[in-house]
Amino acid sequence: MKKRIVSMFLALALTASLAACGGGNGNEGASNGNQGSEAGAAGNDGSDAGSDAADGAGEADGAGSSAGSGEAFKIGGIGPTTGGAALYGLAAQRGGQIAVDEINAAGGINGYQIEYNFQDDEHDAQKSVNAYNSLKDWGMQLLMGTVTTTPCVAVAAETAEDNMFLLTPSASSTDVIEEDNAFQVCFTDPNQGVASAEYIAEKKLATKVAIIYDSSDVYSSGIHDSFKREAETRGLEIVSDEAFTADSKTDFTTQLQKAKDGGAELVFLPFYYQEAALVLTQADAMGYDPIFFGVDGMDGILGAKNFNTELAEGVMLLTPFAADSQDEATKAFVEKYQAEYGEIPIQFAADAYDAIYIMKAAIEKAGATPDMSASDICDAIKTAMTEISYNGLTGAGSEMTWDASGAVSKAPMAVVIKDGAYVAAE
Amino acid sequence: MSFLTYLINGISLGSVYAIIALGYTMVYGIAKMLNFAHGDVIMIGCYAVFMTMSMQSWPPLVSLIFAVVVCTALGVIIEKIAYKPLRRATPLAVLITAIGVSYFLQNSALLLFGADTKSFTSVVTLAPIKLAGGDLIIPGTAIVTVLACVVIMIGLTLFIKKTKAGQAMLAVSEDKDAAQLMGININGTISLTFAIGSGLAAIAGVLLCSAYPSLSPYTGSMPGIKAFTAAVFGGIGSIPGALLGGVLLGVIEILSKAYISSQLADAIVFAVLIVVLLVKPTGILGKKISEKV
Amino acid sequence: MKGMKKTTKDHLITFGLVIAVYIIVQLLITTGHMSSLMQGLLVPVCTYSIVAIGLNLCVGYLGELSIGHAGFMCVGAFSGGLISKLLSETVTNGILLFVIALAAGTLMAALFGFLIGIPVLRLRGDYLAIVTLAFGEIIKNIINVLYIGKDGRGFHFSLSTPVELEEDGLWLINGAKGIAKISRLSSFTIGVILILICLFVVYNLVNSRSGRAIMAIRDNRISAESVGINITKYKLMAFTISAAIAGAGGVLYAHNLSTVTATPANFGYNMSIMILVFVVLGGIGSFRGSIIAAAIMTLLPELLRGLYDYRMLIYSIVLIVMMLFNWSPKIKDWREAHSLKGRLGKKTAKEAE
Repeated sequence: MKKRIVSMFLALALTASLAACGGGNGNEGASNGNQGSEAGAAGNDGSDAGSDAADGAGEADGAGSSAGSGEAFKIGGIGPTTGGAALYGLAAQRGGQIAVDEINAAGGINGYQIEYNFQDDEHDAQKSVNAYNSLKDWGMQLLMGTVTTTPCVAVAAETAEDNMFLLTPSASSTDVIEEDNAFQVCFTDPNQGVASAEYIAEKKLATKVAIIYDSSDVYSSGIHDSFKREAETRGLEIVSDEAFTADSKTDFTTQLQKAKDGGAELVFLPFYYQEAALVLTQADAMGYDPIFFGVDGMDGILGAKNFNTELAEGVMLLTPFAADSQDEATKAFVEKYQAEYGEIPIQFAADAYDAIYIMKAAIEKAGATPDMSASDICDAIKTAMTEISYNGLTGAGSEMTWDASGAVSKAPMAVVIKDGAYVAAE
Repeated sequence: MSFLTYLINGISLGSVYAIIALGYTMVYGIAKMLNFAHGDVIMIGCYAVFMTMSMQSWPPLVSLIFAVVVCTALGVIIEKIAYKPLRRATPLAVLITAIGVSYFLQNSALLLFGADTKSFTSVVTLAPIKLAGGDLIIPGTAIVTVLACVVIMIGLTLFIKKTKAGQAMLAVSEDKDAAQLMGININGTISLTFAIGSGLAAIAGVLLCSAYPSLSPYTGSMPGIKAFTAAVFGGIGSIPGALLGGVLLGVIEILSKAYISSQLADAIVFAVLIVVLLVKPTGILGKKISEKV
Repeated sequence: MKGMKKTTKDHLITFGLVIAVYIIVQLLITTGHMSSLMQGLLVPVCTYSIVAIGLNLCVGYLGELSIGHAGFMCVGAFSGGLISKLLSETVTNGILLFVIALAAGTLMAALFGFLIGIPVLRLRGDYLAIVTLAFGEIIKNIINVLYIGKDGRGFHFSLSTPVELEEDGLWLINGAKGIAKISRLSSFTIGVILILICLFVVYNLVNSRSGRAIMAIRDNRISAESVGINITKYKLMAFTISAAIAGAGGVLYAHNLSTVTATPANFGYNMSIMILVFVVLGGIGSFRGSIIAAAIMTLLPELLRGLYDYRMLIYSIVLIVMMLFNWSPKIKDWREAHSLKGRLGKKTAKEAE
């Protein structure tokens, strides 16, 4: 018994001490640590006191949780800002921030300012729900997120229960928008697959196509399924259809060899850029040089660390945003983003930027005010969403509109990598 | 022709597994413990090369030597701090500690180097060999990997057979107490084993990342687990067993990906492990260990 | 006799603690003193506590390390989720539906535990650990390419590529998308009841004749065998029950979020390790400790979100330090010299255990 108490105590002291040096949270960490130590000292009552300490902190957090302050719209954002998918979350966070700053500087929405709070979910469903709950405690009224698909499905169910308005910039599964409070800025996965197959068939890029996809990823397998169906109906011949999983995503030689043996002129890569960079490197080592065709997840490949961007030359991807577009809005956005964060924005940043402006348009249409509860705002603007049209960065010059299902309708756009930059394909 | 390509890829992958498996097998033979952190030592080795060669543009050979030094030191330090105090503890305690060390290395790397995947620049500059009119291409990394594997195997076998330190290692692995009575420095021998195993891990890591040029804090964990599978497959504690097990596993992995199902390749590799353990728990070349009361 | 009473009292304290915490939490919720973040964490805490209890049975009493318990959790989650999705239209009573799903998930996990246990428990410690790890990976891999659909023509099973379903068809398990739209039946109350049931099961087991046999095998297999204990039977019994409990935890997990997918983060190796940390931190062999550790280690990093990045690093340090603390001869000597127990003599210490 004694050993156990000592052990618990030791562990608590350890966590507490680390908590104390956890940067900005110094104060909070220290106070919690103290309560924790008391819990350990209390011996048998450890559990009780431990959760009391936790409750105490919860109370403090929850104090300001009831509705908004009435002076500003509280928009929350969720996405992975750490972990393997951090690039997307960070881009969305920053894109959203730029939009918020612009709107606030221009006098806000209907004269009300926006408060913006973006939380990390590490691309994990449970953590995403935790982030959502902590945003709720903050008093969030509208949710811009989540950025990635799997977490978004879980969070969407939570928002449906709370009747919280959800507009995701980039979570593309159809499961995300099953409830009527959820809307998307990006294409759905099936649409992306279909649009890719259509584009390849119409532009006669190839007749023999190979697919490599991540069978353990919702996004990748979703696009794969619809692409395959559409490609077959369009008369494209699929010569090889191979998968990999999250646990074995470094060796693509076998999949590439199969594509090569089948004589594929085009290899379709519906997954994220990290793996795509590897595929390109290994294909190069094999001396295999077909057209590589990606989807929006491949956006960002030029920013991959230490990646030889020459290998990406000629790679095509279907994405609604090209940073080199010559229209005024894109130019201004790219300039601001670069000045602020020192890099060229990827599509996820543009999606999030658009998402904030779409929210603004919907709020203005519905005439919602910040003193309304989240649920009332949601009721008001989910109807408004189907009535507005918005011309943003990610619509390829067309008007984006929404139907009640929550899916967006806009024109797709293909981008090709030329001289180390994304260029709109003809 | 593509069968040959698969076979070559398999042997190349298998050679990497074999070098990693050596680290497991030596430590297991001598310290009777599963050094779960071995895969993560590999990862640290890769980062050592990446940070020096790609970021500071050191010559490849210098940064390789640097990585070997880093990993050797790391291996010895881990042994001193985490494993040595537990030499008389239950195997359960040692295993949990090893898992803890593995996790510690992964998460330290996560905080130090970030979670994003980095493209590794291959240290091998050998041009690929083209046979049969370009149908069969043997990548330079494959040639170097297989050669390195063979050289290391021969070197290690000679080391154990011909040197005093090698004989001491053999003695410790046979009977620790008797070896001690014969005047062998047990602690020194175990440290040496960790040093060699970890030094090899650096080489394995660099070969792994040259063949599959991506680097993240989790780079080492899956190959580590598979290499352990290979070590068990070949017979843990046996050096030729590690070679045989590694190559076989690599070939099985690639061929099952090519001919059975690329979706289920992982499951097949692990299923092989389970079947081997059940049919022949001591592995292909392993010795039967009688249990002492 | 005196010893018996002490363990009973000890168990009652654990039950009392769980119930007391439950009442306090319910009071806080009804009086509106609990933040949404905390409320959202209640079911995960229960889930992890349950799986930790299961693993603790395996590690602490059977003396075998499993690093594939997330695999059993995964089996439980998917079979439970599948059943409740399948029956969601026929069975309208939420509690009944959950109980059916729970039974299915638990039984399925037990079955897997049993099947894996038969051959594997013949292996020694390290091998067992690696096989459980392999099993967890296999399960995750298969579930990610498993498609089960239902339409007018009946059921469709497929590995790798999905078949076309008819218009009214419904995917029950949709490959990597997992099971979507599961009824969210889990609640804190159900979680706490499950914890109590699990505690009841494990306490009864470890104090029964079978439990003593299991511990005898752990302490010395050969002498246990020599007094006629059926090694395989008791090992299997403990391992199967341990897997079943993990499966029950999985069912609770599956019904908490509306969707369940098999990703490395939720049913992979990392989850197995996290549960192991709870067990080790709470004290190997102490079920109460497992629950407390699971609760603290789940709540603390969430409450201090700045600490989040360091969470896994802290876990790993905790593992190492705890092992050194408990096993290092030097620290042991120091501890014995300074502990109260050491001064009062070893007899009382043994009785307390």
